[in-house]
Amino acid sequence: MSHKVVVPIGPYHPLQEEPEYFRLYVEGEKVVDIDIVIGYLHRGIEKLSESKHFDQVAFLVERICGICSNSHPIAYCQAMEDLAGIQVPEKALYIRTIIAELERIHSHLLWLGLAGHFIGYNTVWMWAWKYREPVLDMFEMISGNRNHYAMMKIGGVRRDILDEDIPALKKTLDDLVPIVAMFKGAVMDDPVIQSRLKGVGILTKQQAIDWCVVGPTARASGLNMDLRRDDPYAAYDMVNWKVIVQEEGDIFAKTVVRILELGESISIIRQCLDKMPKGEFDANVKQIPAGVGIGRIEAPRGECFHYVKSDGTNRPIRHKIRAPSYMNVASNKVGAVGGTISDAAITLAAVDPCYCCTERTAVIEKSSDRKILNGFDLIKLSQDKTEALKERMGHGTIK
Amino acid sequence: MNIKLKALTKSLWVFHAAASPCNNCDIEILDVLTPRHDVERFGITLAGSVRHADVLLVTGVPNYKSKGILKRLYEQAPKPCLVIAIGSCACGRIMFRESYNSPCPVDEVIPVDAYVPGCPPKPEAIIAGVVKLIEKVKHTTSKV
Repeated sequence: MSHKVVVPIGPYHPLQEEPEYFRLYVEGEKVVDIDIVIGYLHRGIEKLSESKHFDQVAFLVERICGICSNSHPIAYCQAMEDLAGIQVPEKALYIRTIIAELERIHSHLLWLGLAGHFIGYNTVWMWAWKYREPVLDMFEMISGNRNHYAMMKIGGVRRDILDEDIPALKKTLDDLVPIVAMFKGAVMDDPVIQSRLKGVGILTKQQAIDWCVVGPTARASGLNMDLRRDDPYAAYDMVNWKVIVQEEGDIFAKTVVRILELGESISIIRQCLDKMPKGEFDANVKQIPAGVGIGRIEAPRGECFHYVKSDGTNRPIRHKIRAPSYMNVASNKVGAVGGTISDAAITLAAVDPCYCCTERTAVIEKSSDRKILNGFDLIKLSQDKTEALKERMGHGTIK
Repeated sequence: MNIKLKALTKSLWVFHAAASPCNNCDIEILDVLTPRHDVERFGITLAGSVRHADVLLVTGVPNYKSKGILKRLYEQAPKPCLVIAIGSCACGRIMFRESYNSPCPVDEVIPVDAYVPGCPPKPEAIIAGVVKLIEKVKHTTSKV
């Protein structure tokens, strides 16, 4: 007779940079159930937003998440523009697109590095983060800060992209193209990575629909959905690009979707830099009327939704935020159950969860008398498995 | 300077505790370890468990749920243990001061040895903070 063993992971563990607590129920090596306890990052942003005036809220929502620190402000600004019926100048739309796509590149490279780390390829981690630095340099050149760019404001953008900066930006983008090609080759042609990621953590098309996943997680399961095309905002309908869709639904497909999206993002930014018109980049909004507005955008992780209600004063009376990871994290239940413990590390990370974004509600659990271990052993287990695969395939040990 | 403090000035192993941050400081901490800044040259590396760590890097504003865990993490760390508050949230809670889920700043939960402000601090600033702290330890005779 088999008996269930509980493997607690977290909340403080090196599996991810954020605290969250997973409880894996295992029978032998097999994961039979999983509980996810979050709430370690709840800061009461929706309530705080009601105490700030409309311009301050843009800075507040920026600090929901450090990785999508452009997605939330852009969705909030679109909600406000929808509420007040503001026409955004065309140049601002192009600048918004450039910033949003730069953010997608930096976010996907970040995920690729962490995923590499989880399966024991620290080289992938170091390389992906090395090549992420030029992207942050571009942000610094445009906005003055590496993260938290503070570029979005209601009715436009806060800063212009100067003409004299454009050649340097294009040069950095050109340098990124061979790097993306290298990652494509290094990850997609590597037999060890393939055997580690193919067929692991599968989320079928029907499951993806049932669990309402969004973003690259959905597109890797064959759902052809992307808000940038389906409900165009900023300048996405003025440039040529295509939506990347894979059918398999496993972690390999999620990796491929993200790597191929890097190439599309570079192409979008290049076109925007070429087509960007001259002129105003801010509509100079003075008054916000009473009403409601919604804004939704495609963040690097999926659809990000903001709802703002105003009563004609200078503060929102209700601000609702739904971040993409809210939908994606729950699908871990399908992805991880049925797999082995050593695959759990990468499966839990594969949806690129962002708990900072997700924690809009505080659920405080009282039964905290269980001993909490860290997930170090889990990563070790995952890295050992890759090591064993490498040896079996005659790659020798690569540290 | 006793042997324990002397050991603390070389090859620091850091443990990174995220007490309700926005992730950015955490990413910048990892950035410090990756090739451009590469502090692993000096033996500074991320420890998997707080029981192996010399330094606790705290980011974010503690909330009711993470406050107790942060205190427990500090108690589990081998002493002497240095604590660095990374980012403006950990230093002074910035815009989350009025939040209903932000009971106190980090330094009211655990003793903090160094503050690195910035939103987020640049990797260079984090490195400068660590260097200054090592200098401070070198000139201390008593327990940190």
